[in-house]
Amino acid sequence: MTPSLHLVLIPILPLIGAAVNGLLGKRFSRQAVATVALAFCGAAFAMALWIALRFSSLPIPLTEYVAPWIRAGSFQADFAFYLDQLSLVMMLVVTGVGFLIHIYAVGYMWEEGGFYRFFSYLNLFMFFMLTLVLANNYLLMFIGWEGVGLASYLLIGFWFTKDAAAAAGKKAFIVNRIGDFGFLIALFLLIKHFGSLNFADVFGTIVENSTQYPVETAGAGLLTAIGLLLMVGAAGKSAQLPLYVWLPDAMEGPTPVSALIHAATMVTAGVYMVARSHVIFDRAPMALTVVAIVGTLTALFAATIGICQTDIKKVLAYSTISQLGYMFLACGVAAYSAGIFHLMTHAFFKGLLFLAAGSVIHAIGGEQDMRKMGGLRDHIPATFWTMTAATFAIAGFPPFAGFFSKDEILWRASQVSLAYWGIGVFTAFLTSFYMFRLWFLTFFGEYRGDQEATQAHGGIHATGSRAGVPAPHGHSGIHESPKIMLIPLAILAILSVMGGWIGAHRFELFLAPVFSSHQTAHLVALTSEQAGQITAMEHLEWVFTAISVAAAALGLYLAWLLYRDRPQLPQRIANALGGFYHAVANKYYVDELYAVLFVKPVVDGSTSILWHGVDQNVIDDTLNDSAEAARDVSDSVRHMQSGNLRSYAGWVALGAAGVIAYMIWMGTR
Amino acid sequence: MNSPTLDSAILTLVTFIPMAGALLLLLFPRRDRDIRIFALVVSVLTFGVSLHLPVYFERARAGFQYEINTPWIPTPNIHYHMGVDGISMWLVVLTTFLTPLCVLISWKSIHERVKEFFILLLIMETALIGVFVSLDLFLFYFFWEATLIPMALLIGIYGHERRVYAAIKFFMFTMIASVFMLAAILWLYAKLGTFDFVAIQTAIRNGQVDGWVGAAPWLFLGFFVAFAVKVPLFPVHTWLPDAHVEAPTAGSVLLAGVLLKMGTYGMLRFNLGLFPDQSRSNAPWIVTLALIGIIYGALVAMVQPNMKKLIAYSSISHLGFVVLGIFSFTQAGLDGAMFVMLAHGVSTGALFMLAGILHERRHTFEITEFGGLATPMPVYATFFSFIVLASVGLPLLNGFVGEFLVLSGAFRAREVYGILGATGVIWSACYLLWMYQRVFFGKVTHDVNRTLPDLDMRERLALWPTAVAALVMGVAPLLWLNAIDPAVQNALAPFAQLASKVVGQ
Repeated sequence: MTPSLHLVLIPILPLIGAAVNGLLGKRFSRQAVATVALAFCGAAFAMALWIALRFSSLPIPLTEYVAPWIRAGSFQADFAFYLDQLSLVMMLVVTGVGFLIHIYAVGYMWEEGGFYRFFSYLNLFMFFMLTLVLANNYLLMFIGWEGVGLASYLLIGFWFTKDAAAAAGKKAFIVNRIGDFGFLIALFLLIKHFGSLNFADVFGTIVENSTQYPVETAGAGLLTAIGLLLMVGAAGKSAQLPLYVWLPDAMEGPTPVSALIHAATMVTAGVYMVARSHVIFDRAPMALTVVAIVGTLTALFAATIGICQTDIKKVLAYSTISQLGYMFLACGVAAYSAGIFHLMTHAFFKGLLFLAAGSVIHAIGGEQDMRKMGGLRDHIPATFWTMTAATFAIAGFPPFAGFFSKDEILWRASQVSLAYWGIGVFTAFLTSFYMFRLWFLTFFGEYRGDQEATQAHGGIHATGSRAGVPAPHGHSGIHESPKIMLIPLAILAILSVMGGWIGAHRFELFLAPVFSSHQTAHLVALTSEQAGQITAMEHLEWVFTAISVAAAALGLYLAWLLYRDRPQLPQRIANALGGFYHAVANKYYVDELYAVLFVKPVVDGSTSILWHGVDQNVIDDTLNDSAEAARDVSDSVRHMQSGNLRSYAGWVALGAAGVIAYMIWMGTR
Repeated sequence: MNSPTLDSAILTLVTFIPMAGALLLLLFPRRDRDIRIFALVVSVLTFGVSLHLPVYFERARAGFQYEINTPWIPTPNIHYHMGVDGISMWLVVLTTFLTPLCVLISWKSIHERVKEFFILLLIMETALIGVFVSLDLFLFYFFWEATLIPMALLIGIYGHERRVYAAIKFFMFTMIASVFMLAAILWLYAKLGTFDFVAIQTAIRNGQVDGWVGAAPWLFLGFFVAFAVKVPLFPVHTWLPDAHVEAPTAGSVLLAGVLLKMGTYGMLRFNLGLFPDQSRSNAPWIVTLALIGIIYGALVAMVQPNMKKLIAYSSISHLGFVVLGIFSFTQAGLDGAMFVMLAHGVSTGALFMLAGILHERRHTFEITEFGGLATPMPVYATFFSFIVLASVGLPLLNGFVGEFLVLSGAFRAREVYGILGATGVIWSACYLLWMYQRVFFGKVTHDVNRTLPDLDMRERLALWPTAVAALVMGVAPLLWLNAIDPAVQNALAPFAQLASKVVGQ
């Protein structure tokens, strides 16, 4: 009997922080707000570390039951937390990266108004995210799922006086809701067929009744339907096609938010959910194929848009969508641990990229347009070096972290279909290209910005600055960020370099109890012919690796050529491509398309057809204009009855009408 | 405390304390401050006394509790029969919970005919509670109609520009519809010689009613029409937006918070309780209307330029969930329907209070008149966002529990019900967040709004209880559900038999 780990405290600690800062923070000093936020978030991280250290001595998987939540008839959902290798990894990533980003944010947000509000929301996010990854049932997971959406909504719209920020927050929430609709229907299917939403109950039932729940190779069945619906939810939360549109707009939020929520943690929730539900997906090859195809296409699609973006954060946003696509590709070929591995390394290097981008933006007074940057290498060397590590990591150069995880995904994908692999490698080339484009544009060449703007520090993003709050660091012109921001950068840089050294294989072995205990279909999904190919191709693994590294190198070379060596070329290429370039630069006009296809018809239709048409013209006019008819009806009703008591209603009506008429007459006189 | 005498008197007390307060108010001199304080004391006292009900309620027991049944009028045979089960008890508490808040929120906004206003409000409370506790159909009908008069007067006297039109429309719609119910009640009395709900239910279940087969479909409709208009179900909903827009804030709170629930409560108690077979056979079109209501109400809400009208249409959408849950005939669906009634009462009540607070400051509900309000009124904006989140069904707040249970129940009944109903989840986010964005975010667009005062103590006092209730109901819904669940199981018993009968054949 192991003593209780009090897993519930891990999400609850940040919640306390959120409540303290939210309710009382207005009266606190900035130091106090920061202390509260860091203490509670740090405590959760410490607890996660403590559990990790004694993990090998724990009876894994373990469940800690706290209290019942909802009960209706035989259905019940509890507040109960679940710890296994997968939730441990997620918990460590979320608390660890989250804590680092909290530290960074203290420096980044120091001069902003609503400091307490920001940290209250940030802690609230940690609460929901940790609930999501530690839940032992889908409904509790759904609490976290919707809750991180809420935190995201609040934080994207943090600078609510900016219309773009407010609109982006709303858009994120609503598009996520469309995904949640799919998630909800999946939950209803689960309840209907399994009577429970507990992971253990659902997965146990499926595994034990393999005749009732076979691998649905022949056609779509129950598990395929559930899998596809879950994927709809995942596509919303993790910004996959066709629901990715909210994530680029979400960059309106403060940069630490982009790093934490829209890069490192929340957007990976969909990947986690698919991996967690692998028992279902393993038996639903069609759903898996859809996951793989959506992932692959999203990876490619977002990467092409990333090439043409000029806003440094937008490049990173599309890059995030693209990298998430890789993770879904991994899940889609049943290489869940590879997906989670990439999730982890991505949290390091993408978190770092955003924080470093924030440091760049901070350094030059809120400018985000890369065309107005350049030559910043010498001004902000610490930022430059950390960002360099992250750039090489995401581009997939060995021995950086991203190389190991991406390589594993591509290798595993190649075993299922060379098409996945081919698109994946091409995307890797694009990734390398747009990332080094960003790198060269930002740090090399001549500074192209407005010198004046850098004097007024924080002029653009400090919309809510309070006057009279002294800056923590004196500066004029382009300046390096304070230590409190650089230390998280440094730690994440180390992780971006070394985070992959554990190796995909050892990582897979660690997660094996999660993904193999119920596993039947991982290989069943493949035909025997494909299995034969695998053995034939195994010794070719290094060739595949070489090709993907070459793709990365090619991307680097091309970026150097276009943005360092011959900077006049890109414009000429753009001109040559004409319409196609404009389509890509305008994000393929998807937002505009959605507006025409969905938003406008719904709003116009609701106004003119439903409200003015049905409500006012049809229903009300029918009733209002035919007072005569109404009287006839009530007459006939009265005739249908006879006897004293029955005319009671009529008298009541008449009497009451009289009283009303009198009172109103009195009242309006 | 828990003595037998108190147990049998408690419902009478809860029902008539407000009435007694109203009568005492009649004797008050026209000192508005005293009148307000007295009304507040009476309503808070009623709430306190009503808490006796859930505290001493036997959760596991399904039938009626705190019953009192004494003959009242010998001919016709009318009994003073009251009692509550897990369904009606919470509606009583919801009523007593909202009334003190109504008093607080009307403190300043009502400054003429103050005495009459609070008298009407307290009479209204008695009538509403009476509807939920009555187990004698005559008594029930009496209270049912009694709610009409104070509400129509509240709208007609204390309302806004088109108040007379709205009051009459409200009155005519619900009055005419109620007549059908009266006819059905009288038919039952003619056959059975009693108005007693339990006696009638037993007689029907034992097949002791002459001519039942021919009459039952009509009786079902008689009750249903009265309830459907009250809910209101599409397409007889058009009285509601007008009534809400014109009503004073307290009127709106009680109208949306409690009065609409009389309709859904009636469906649950009388349509399902007395006519299980007819309920089942009529369910397809009723559910269809409910689903139309959910989606239609949400879409029309989305494009309303008037904040209060928007909330009114959102009520139509939310009440659609309740009807959907009830006519899914599943445990989860009915539990959820009950929970939505309570949750909607709290959060929509709060939304109307919030709209009213804004109206007191700017005398308009037009959304375009606002914008950027989060800057001058941060506390108000926070309360508003919290309640909006509760309304859109964010988990851990009260809206989610009910909607989730309703939809899972509806899905179990027929997949397409659940799927169509679940689109409401998307729509509610659209209309509420869009409205919120237009009212609170961005820069302040009208100069008058720049100096709007934030909430004062009284307004906070009125809003805090709703916020706390929204949170507690979302985190610990079992406090409510464990009383609701057995009652619902009881209500569904004939349906289980019905199903087994069908299977048996």
